[in-house]
Amino acid sequence: MTKPSSELISSQQPSLHKAYLPVSPIDEVGVRERVARLNRRSIKKDSKKEALKLALSMIDLTTLEGKDSTGKVIQLCRKAARPHAGMASLPHVAAVCVYPSMVSTARKQLEGTGIFTASVATSFPAGMVSLKQKLDDTRYAIEQGAEEIDMVISRGEFLKGNYSYVYDEIASIREVCQEVHLKVILETGELGTLEHVRKASDLAIRAGADFIKTSTGKIAPAATQPATLVMLEAIRDHYLATGHKVGMKPAGGIRKAKQALQYLVLLRETLGAGWVTPEYFRFGASSLANDLLMQILKQETGVYQSADYFSID
Amino acid sequence: MSDSSPDKPTSPNFDAALDFRSGWSYSEAPESSDYIELDENYGHYIDGRFVQPSKGRYLESINPATEKSLAKIADGTGEDVDAAVKAAGKAFKSKWSGLPGRERGKYIYRIARMIQEYARELAVLESMDGGKPIRESRDVDIPLTAAHFFYYAGWADKLEYAFPGRKAEPLGVCGQIIPWNFPMLMLAWKIAPALATGNTVVLKPAETTSLTALRFAEICSDAGLPDGVINIVTGAGQTGSNLVNHPDIDKIAFTGSTEVGKIIQKSLAGSGKRYTLELGGKGANIIFEDAAIEQAVEGVINAIFFNQGHVCCAGSRLLVQESIADLFISRLKDRMETLIVGDPLDKNTDIGAINSKAQYDRILNYLEIGVEEGAAIYQTQAELPKSGYFCRPTLFTDVGQSNRIVNEEIFGPVLTIQTFRTPDEAVEKANNTPYGLSGGVWTDKGSKIFQTGRALRAGVIWSNTFNKFDPTSPFGGYKESGVGREGGLHGLYPYVHLTS
Amino acid sequence: MADRVDVLKTYKTYVGGAFPRSESGRTYKVYGKNDQLLANACRCSRKDIRDAVEASRAAFSGWKSLSAHHRGQILYRISEMLEGRKEQFVEELIKSGISKKQSRMEVDAAIDRFIYFAGWTDKYAQIYGSINPVASDHFNFSYPEPIGILAVIPPETSRLIGPVSMIAPAIAGGNTLVMLASQTHPLAAITLGEVLHVSDLPAGVVNILSGYRDELIPVLTSHMDVNAIWNSVEKQEVMKQIDENAALNIKRVVHTEQDDWLDPRHENPYSIVQFQEIKTTWHPSGY
Repeated sequence: MTKPSSELISSQQPSLHKAYLPVSPIDEVGVRERVARLNRRSIKKDSKKEALKLALSMIDLTTLEGKDSTGKVIQLCRKAARPHAGMASLPHVAAVCVYPSMVSTARKQLEGTGIFTASVATSFPAGMVSLKQKLDDTRYAIEQGAEEIDMVISRGEFLKGNYSYVYDEIASIREVCQEVHLKVILETGELGTLEHVRKASDLAIRAGADFIKTSTGKIAPAATQPATLVMLEAIRDHYLATGHKVGMKPAGGIRKAKQALQYLVLLRETLGAGWVTPEYFRFGASSLANDLLMQILKQETGVYQSADYFSID
Repeated sequence: MSDSSPDKPTSPNFDAALDFRSGWSYSEAPESSDYIELDENYGHYIDGRFVQPSKGRYLESINPATEKSLAKIADGTGEDVDAAVKAAGKAFKSKWSGLPGRERGKYIYRIARMIQEYARELAVLESMDGGKPIRESRDVDIPLTAAHFFYYAGWADKLEYAFPGRKAEPLGVCGQIIPWNFPMLMLAWKIAPALATGNTVVLKPAETTSLTALRFAEICSDAGLPDGVINIVTGAGQTGSNLVNHPDIDKIAFTGSTEVGKIIQKSLAGSGKRYTLELGGKGANIIFEDAAIEQAVEGVINAIFFNQGHVCCAGSRLLVQESIADLFISRLKDRMETLIVGDPLDKNTDIGAINSKAQYDRILNYLEIGVEEGAAIYQTQAELPKSGYFCRPTLFTDVGQSNRIVNEEIFGPVLTIQTFRTPDEAVEKANNTPYGLSGGVWTDKGSKIFQTGRALRAGVIWSNTFNKFDPTSPFGGYKESGVGREGGLHGLYPYVHLTS
Repeated sequence: MADRVDVLKTYKTYVGGAFPRSESGRTYKVYGKNDQLLANACRCSRKDIRDAVEASRAAFSGWKSLSAHHRGQILYRISEMLEGRKEQFVEELIKSGISKKQSRMEVDAAIDRFIYFAGWTDKYAQIYGSINPVASDHFNFSYPEPIGILAVIPPETSRLIGPVSMIAPAIAGGNTLVMLASQTHPLAAITLGEVLHVSDLPAGVVNILSGYRDELIPVLTSHMDVNAIWNSVEKQEVMKQIDENAALNIKRVVHTEQDDWLDPRHENPYSIVQFQEIKTTWHPSGY
């Protein structure tokens, strides 16, 4: 393992380093009740049409499989740019998210569309390699043309209390990324408690994340609304303290339009209008796009839709 | 919290605020109410049928969100009350008290089920008549109403296990007077245990919210409940007074203000009638510095803005530890800004209409008193409908124990905020009131929860939560907040005579 | 040899763990059988009531916070002390006009009654409390807590067993109280104060006054710091007055029929729980 550059990284015990932030207690039942209350918001009519399109524009259309190929990625990029051939007025998605080896293909396909090419890196999804390998992985993805990097944190180090390590690792990747947009995946499904989710959020934000992201999608549970709410609160508190806006990306398990709308409600009522834009909010998803499209068509035509009429890429 | 850390970054945008007013927002989402069919006039429900009031007088039932009349309800006279009490007495003797518990229980189960079947209709009617948001009537009031009947139905044939060493006998005819803030739920709290223990009932709903009780009377009819077991007499204070003073009433159960509670207790003096009283409150909600801040903020929202603050157990006095007060109040204000005030039937409405013109005036008067007392008032930017009685969520800071707005029950969406420095000070301030209904304790520390909860002189302690209700959970006050408990096993006591 | 001259006892009040004379400075005569003058008892005033209520309020928080086990030990200690002074009480009752046999029975019953309630102190909460299975992610429980300050008005006729039967459950449940001794037969109750005083009962938990009941009952039952009234005077006008005074601040009132206080049916936990408030606590259950 590479010797960490900072003396703080070498500390095996959590220190009172600035990365180690005391976290206010979080009551899980209270969080779930809050989420349940927000889920009761009724999104109808114009509000629904607008939200469905917004959600579509916030998607990081994702394929992260061992069997991904050039052909698959090309087709996905087509879908990203024109989600539904029959409707010209639809927005395109925000980004296409792939493994580093697929980045150049995606970047080429997306040229001129306004859609970003995002790549997972740092030995996604487990991240169980040396820091050097993670840095190399990140550099490679950027060299291939990635405009956004989705990194994973070292959950093992985090859970054993080595917060300085996690902080410095994120900071190192941040350094490599420079202007490239950095999303930090906390893998909240492995963190065990919402306090951990909050602490990891604070760490990632302090270490320079542009976005914090719930999950790799490879672990169940992936994105949950309670974890997302807690992460949004971390973003809000950072903003109120510094004026600096960090983005949010729930990812994994969000397949239905109804879920997406619920996330938008969470977003709107926690962070306000300033975040309800693809600049600061993304959905890591693939099948969500088609459900949004079906709902949009339903809104336009008044008729319930069939999957046969929507492209599966 | 991050902004209390010593190396807080600074930024030109430091005074940045969250924007909850622009951008994507919610369209109207009204719950449909076109299927609600109301009669022009409603009589009393006495001895299993609807009868017109003896003097033929009626009261208007106003929808407080529109200020328009929904229907007319009978104004009960002494003769009406007498007819109802006689019917209840006859039903008690001839039928109900002799029915085996199991059979009584089955009637109550039927009622519970029918309430579930008519749940949406009842919720809509409740919101139209009383002004509460459909989100609450649909998700809280009516489900809890059904659950309450369901819970007590099961007790009817198990009373021998409820009172060790004692045999429980019904009291007879129970006169029950309920308030306008939770019309159906309070009806359930009164009627369900009374029926389960073998009593019969004359119930008087509040004059501004009688329509669901009258709908409930139809349900009793549909359920085949024997005539006279439940009687509903509508009317205002005088009707209630007639009921309290009727010689053939064996027990009075009242929920309402402490002021009226005292009048009732006094008028029952020397009568030997049993009574239970659920009265006012001025609940303290204590936020310690080690609390889960986000959930505490939400708890405060539930404590004071639930049902427009028309809640006797509302957490209307916030006591927040000084070390976190600024942060807490700022978070609370942000959260309040997302509260939607408006049409009770809109599914997104958080705060509906104030129940009546009288209550609306009362709240406004307290807002003026608060300002006159020198308190700092804060109200959200919420848009209010053009007609109807609506009040923005309101905070008062810079207040002390000696202020009227801190002492008196306002019964509206109005919170006073005081700070404290030590746990002892918090408890002392919390208990420094003639009321003793509810208290909130927010801390992540277990031992502090137990110690504070024990020190509070109040019947319901919500620790790290607030305004939770359940049929199994006894509810009722210490001191001037009332006598007796409703709900749970303890809620059976007020309706039985125990013999050895 | 000349007959020895008896030393007569001065009967005072028992307030705040001391034995003050009435603030009024007034007394009234107490007679035994054959109208024999037994003593001058204090004719307490409204200010004595005020002091007694203050003393019981001051004692309340300590007494209710004492462990149930400890309260039980003190009640048991009261029985021990009573047992030791059995003859004194028997003699006092006989002097007041009760037969020797009856007096002995009454004192024995009084001793046993304290033991009976001593055993309840750490049990009634287990029987009359509850865990409530609410339908949400909360742990919810209810337990009885003492109601506060009791005004205790024992029957006019019962000298010892009546007062004991009311004091024992009241204090077993953690309440403190002000008791009005029988107007015509106050002496045994006053002496009971002396026993309580040497039984480790904290000062102010029980306060005993004597005097004219028609002067004292209105003041005591209307006092705004009294939380509950336990009355066994069966006169309709007195009961009505008590009920009306209770309505000033929603006092809880229990009127108990004053029949045979020796009857063991007075030994039951319901005498304790009738002056308990049920407190229900909710707490979320989650990680």
